[in-house]
This record gives sequence, structure tokens and C-alpha cells, in this order.
Amino acid sequence: MQYKQTRQGYVDALIELARENPLVVVLDADVAKATRTCDFEKVFPERFFNCGVQEENMMSVAAGLALEGFIPFATTFGVFASCRAADQVRNSIAYPKLNVKIAATHCGISTGGDGASHQANEDIAIMRSFPNMTVLVPGDYEEARQATRAAAAYSGPVYLRLGRDTYPVVEQIHGPFEIGKAKQLAEGRDITIITTGIMVSEGLAAARLLGGEGISAELIHMPTLKPLDEEAIVDSARRTGAVVTAEEHSIIGGLGEAVAACLAERCPVPLRRVGVRDVFGESGMAQELLTLYGLRASHIAAAARELLKGRSNALGRTA
Amino acid sequence: MSRIESDRWTSLHAKAREIRRSILTMIHRARSGHPGGSLSAVEIVVALYYHLMRHDPKNPRWPQRDRFILSKGHCAPVLYAVLADCGYFPKEDLETFRRPGSHLQGHPAQHKTPGVEASTGTLGLGLSTGLGMALGAKLRGDSHDYYILCGDGEVQEGQVWEAAMFGHKYRLDNVIAFIDRNYLQTDGSTEQVMPLDPLRPKWEAFGWNTYEIDGHSFEQIIGTVRHAQLQRGRPAMIIARTTKGKGVSFMENEAGWHGTPPNSEQYERAMEELSRAV
Ligand SMILES: Cc1ncc(C[n+]2csc(CCOP(=O)(O)OP(=O)(O)O)c2C)c(N)n1
Ligand SMILES: [Mg+2]
Repeated sequence: MQYKQTRQGYVDALIELARENPLVVVLDADVAKATRTCDFEKVFPERFFNCGVQEENMMSVAAGLALEGFIPFATTFGVFASCRAADQVRNSIAYPKLNVKIAATHCGISTGGDGASHQANEDIAIMRSFPNMTVLVPGDYEEARQATRAAAAYSGPVYLRLGRDTYPVVEQIHGPFEIGKAKQLAEGRDITIITTGIMVSEGLAAARLLGGEGISAELIHMPTLKPLDEEAIVDSARRTGAVVTAEEHSIIGGLGEAVAACLAERCPVPLRRVGVRDVFGESGMAQELLTLYGLRASHIAAAARELLKGRSNALGRTA
Repeated sequence: MSRIESDRWTSLHAKAREIRRSILTMIHRARSGHPGGSLSAVEIVVALYYHLMRHDPKNPRWPQRDRFILSKGHCAPVLYAVLADCGYFPKEDLETFRRPGSHLQGHPAQHKTPGVEASTGTLGLGLSTGLGMALGAKLRGDSHDYYILCGDGEVQEGQVWEAAMFGHKYRLDNVIAFIDRNYLQTDGSTEQVMPLDPLRPKWEAFGWNTYEIDGHSFEQIIGTVRHAQLQRGRPAMIIARTTKGKGVSFMENEAGWHGTPPNSEQYERAMEELSRAV
């Protein structure tokens, strides 16, 4: 399997976009070497603005640039974009629906050694809650590249969630990218697995594991968390009757709760959420943390088995 | 300089060298961490823990202790090396730096590590936290001091200047803060990324007793802190000019060593340099 960085997909797209559109500008807050916007700076030094360690200032400056007609990509780590600068994002950018793109790298537990202070496991929850905000969570390098291009083509605030580590390249998700559209990766009868971001490769592996046990799993990948593709969720849940969600994020406020709310209103079926279980993370290697915090195919498969067991018990009782 | 004083400097210099070796070992073993800013802060942290601060490693919560807050939390290795050497926890724990289950997280966690006074890692928080603690001490009528170490890149954060106003307003003269003025941050020179100079008049204008010293001179660090302690009614800011990566020739003044661990060959070379007599 090939591994690549999602943050690199973002920056490679930025360089393409800047060639096509003189209005594209990039801001960073003294983490350009880590977010990789340093590559953009090399090609377009006059369209790159390093704000220093000033995330709050950067977000409102980006709002100002958008008011002047530019398409600013404000880039920093996910914790700082979503928590440190939350007020600036909410009031300078989301409320007036300005055309600012917020690119957040180092999201999720796989940020690794820096530990809890740097592992954004709440950013989706925060960003989803702001009206007017579009939230994109691509699954691999190529999808990050596509999502960046889609964000630029769309007029309005976008939060683009990226990682630090290298993640598996997943060919199956490389079809056309459309904001708000889920991608069905496998058809199944017994259960629906819905993943977002880098969990797509674990979802695929989980579907294979379950398939080996005679469980037919449908797999849906959601690179857009807002607006949520409710039709894809409801359509699948109606057919399978059970859903497992998987995200590299807290089970609070992310994919799991978004899907839960949608299903509760439109198609109540049993649900399990795989994600970080309302705890702060810790230092460690990216890959070992994904295992330690229960974010592997085995955890998704276990949640699916548990759900199906519950269902067969229930069926047994009513029969 | 008296004979006793010169002996004192010699032993502190030896301690600084030992701490530098410990920092590099920790980061090399973890294969992640921030060597540059940890090395630039060694003399400041050593002067505080081995000379200036009243503290008791056997009783980390002793109410009368002086407090140290590492606001530039990414430089945790310098703090951990000193705390272990002082006896707050076993030195073997340093081998677990940045490992799952360890109390030695990538950035200081107050609730995990004995001797760590405040959780930091997000830049710009520590000065405010320290001021709040110092205000609490004033309210209780306690007489111990609060030492806070910021990075120079860190003081680009707006919150630092909010804290500057607060410290002045509440006359928190039990606070002695440092800026590790190594002129480098993640993306390069502070003066290119977001210029800070003239830095000293900024702090003076905000009403702090401000000093500018050589941050690798024990004599100047200790003498300046002693002077600052005698000034009443204002917090103190000591701008300590340092060299990022200090003590390892190939790391000195190189932005690339901000957050990069040395490979084995580089580690051996660094340790070799640090084993030579000063
Ligand atoms: C709020 C926040 N933004 C960004 C970072 C990422 N970061 C870690 S260290 C650093 C540069 C700090 O430079 P400086 O304060 O000069 O530290 P030193 O040179 O002493 O290492 C940055 C931007 C962070 N930890 N916190
Ligand atoms: Mg610095």
C-alpha cells in the first residue's frame, strides 16, 4: 500500500490553483514548514503571508482579504484553527459568510508525539456548529487535492481538515469530488459502515473482515461532513438497518453524531460510533495511537458484530 | 569575582552540560521533540532550579515554593531533564518521553508530572496562567515568586500583550518573566517572520521592569533576578539573548533544529561535543 500526506495534497493543489487564479493567496502562522505551505511560498513568495505565531490575527486578516475579493487560504494546525481562533472564525468569517478557506493540518490523534495539546479531536464539532461553514474531511492525498480545488471553486467559508502523518492512498475514492456528496465504496445488505477522513482505509479493511465472516457490509465514505449527504445515509440505512460510523475525532459532535441525528429524525436504526471516546489523547507514534484509541478496522468490525448480535437477539424475541 | 562565586559558576556550567546531554538523549530516543529551544533555555532553567528558586523535590506541592512555568511548552525536555535531576521523579522516566502511558508528554501536563506547575504547549497561555497564580499568591499574602519562560516567537501571540497589561495593572511584582530571545521560531528568523524589535521598549511601555541580558551567563541571569526581586510594584521581564541550539555546533542558530530530532550519527557527534570540558 502507498502512503502519502493529506497536507501535501492540499499544498500541491494550492500551487496549481495559484497558477490558474491570481486571487488565491495563502496565510500561515509560523508552522509553514509543518503544514507544507512553505512549498507554496517558494513558488509564490509574493502571495504568501506568514503571520507569525498569531492564529487569531491571521483569521481576521484573512476575512479582510476576502472582503477585498481575494481567496485566502488560512493555514495552521487544527487545534489552533478551531479552538484558538474560534471567535475569529465564527464572527469574522462564518457570520458574514466570507470566502475564506481554513486549512487545518495536524488533526486527529495521529498528530502523534506532540500529545493532547496538539491533537485536534474536537475541531469538526466546533466547525460544524457554525452556520455557513462547509466542512471537508478528505481521506487521502488525492482526495485532499481534489477537496482543496473544490473549496476554491465554492464561494463561502470552508474548513478543510488534514493530518500530519502519511496515510494510505485509497484508489476507490479518487472519482470526481463534489462538496456534499458521499461516495459509496461497497454495496452490502447487513450493515452500513460510514467513514470520514483517513478512516476510509480502516473502513475498507473492516468490510473485508466482515465479508470473510459472511457479513455483507455496505461502505460509504463521507469527505463532506457539512452539508451532510443525508440521502446517502438514509438510503443505505433503510436497506441495511444498522450503521457503524468511524472517524478520527471525538464521538461528540463529529460524523457519528451527525449521522445519529440524521437517522433519529429520518430512519431510526441501531448505531455504533467508532471514534475517540471523549478523552484527551497522549503522546505516541501516530500508528500506535490509532490502535490504542480504538480507531482500527478491528474496532469497526467489532462494533458491527455487536450491532448485528443485538439485532438477531431482538429478532429472536419478536419471532 | 570571589573564589566561591567562580566555583559556583563552574558547577552550574557542569550542570548545564549534563542537562544538554540529557535533552538530546531524550529527543533522540523519542525520535521526536524540539532540541533548539530546549538547548537555548538551559542556563535560565538551571540557574532557577539550582540557584534561585526555593523548592523541595521531595515535596512538590510545598505551598511556599517558588514556581516555574514553561510557557514555551514545546521545550519540555529542558524542564523534564532538570526535574528528574533534582529528584522530582526517577531519571529512568526520561526514557519514556513522548511514549504512550508516560507522564512525560510532548508538552508539559500539570496533572501528570510531579513538579510541572502548569500545562502548556499552546503558545501564549503560560504568562497569563502565571499571572493568575501570582495574583492568587498576593490574595493569600504569600511571599514566594513566579518565574515564567516565554519564547520570542511566542510573544507574537496577542494574549501575551493582554497579559502584559494585566501584570502591570495588578502590580504583580512577584512575577519574573523571561523571553528566550534566540531570534528564531519555526519558520525562520523572528525578524523575518514577524518582527519583534525593538522588543525592550515594548515591555517598558507596558510598564514592566525590563532587562536585557546574556541568557547563557549565569552571573547575569542570577544578578538580574536578584535586582528584579528588589524592585517593588511592577512585574519584571528579562529579555535573555540566547543562541538557539546552544552547545551543539551544528545546531546553533539553525532554524531547522527547532523541531527535528538528531539521527544517530548526529546524536553521537552532539554528545561528543558536550562531553568535552568547557
Ligand atoms: C498557539 C500555538 N501556535 C503554534 C504553535 C506551534 N509552534 C510550536 S513552537 C513554535 C515556534 C515557537 O518559537 P519560539 O517561541 O521562539 O520558541 P523557541 O525558539 O524558544 O523554540 C510554534 C509556532 C504552538 N505550539 N502554539
Ligand atoms: Mg525563539
